[in-house]
Amino acid sequence: MRWIWIDRFVEFEPGVQARAVKNISLAEEHLHDHYPGFPVMPGSLMIEGMAQTGGILLGQTSNFEKIVILAKVPDVTFHSWACPGDSLIYTARLLDARDEGGTVEVKAHIGERLVAEAEILFAHLDQTDPEFGAIDQKDFVFSSSLMSVMDVGLAGDGISSSGG
Amino acid sequence: MLTTSEIFDKVQETLIDALGVDDDEVTLESTLVGDLGAESIDFLDIVFRLEKNFNIKIPRGELFPENLASADSSFVQDGKVTPSGLEELRERMPHADVDALAADPRVDNIQNLFTVQMIVNFLENRLASA
Repeated sequence: MRWIWIDRFVEFEPGVQARAVKNISLAEEHLHDHYPGFPVMPGSLMIEGMAQTGGILLGQTSNFEKIVILAKVPDVTFHSWACPGDSLIYTARLLDARDEGGTVEVKAHIGERLVAEAEILFAHLDQTDPEFGAIDQKDFVFSSSLMSVMDVGLAGDGISSSGG
Repeated sequence: MLTTSEIFDKVQETLIDALGVDDDEVTLESTLVGDLGAESIDFLDIVFRLEKNFNIKIPRGELFPENLASADSSFVQDGKVTPSGLEELRERMPHADVDALAADPRVDNIQNLFTVQMIVNFLENRLASA
């Protein structure tokens, strides 16, 4: 399984807001353990999806040149849960973006229902730090194929005959 | 213009939000790391929140200077901050109580410079010059 917890962006307003969808499927192994007979998406993975949505929103402001890492979740509230068949919509709003990092506010909805909301703080790793200097951004945060989420949709909507 | 006590109230509120501590834990004397359990990433969070709550900009490293001990090899010797290190701290952190560190200049005590009082001092100076 790949560590990609959003399926595609449905809206991307650079530097302002991004909206991504996560379709939950019973094919996801962990749902059979979480919980047997009552499959619900783990809250921790929802946070990951919210962070991926917000992290790409923040990373784009520096053209993905900076190493963006999830540093802290100062606030998260789960109001409800999400099951196989549900489409979670993560809406991330950029609150702050600066040299050292940034913050986003993300809400997760299924339809009109608010499922979770979080504030997430990201730090930019200092690329001149000898400890991190060797990290290639392309092979680190915006990788593990995560950025391939940006390619979703290149195949077109399946309605128009030309594709793309 | 905010009074010192109004500044303290907003700093207290900021720290409650950033560190998840109770209001009675946040006194002027509290140290951020020792008493309030702040970790390095919390300093970034605190700076963001102070900027928002006080509507000011805090340039990187001004409130919480980075790499204090490793900036220059002459600043630390035998686990203690040297006189030139203390001088540097006074220069970079006029808002901190460097005299208290000078009394017991062990490197471990550097983090005790980061107190609630230090943040209030910093903001007072910043808001006065704004």
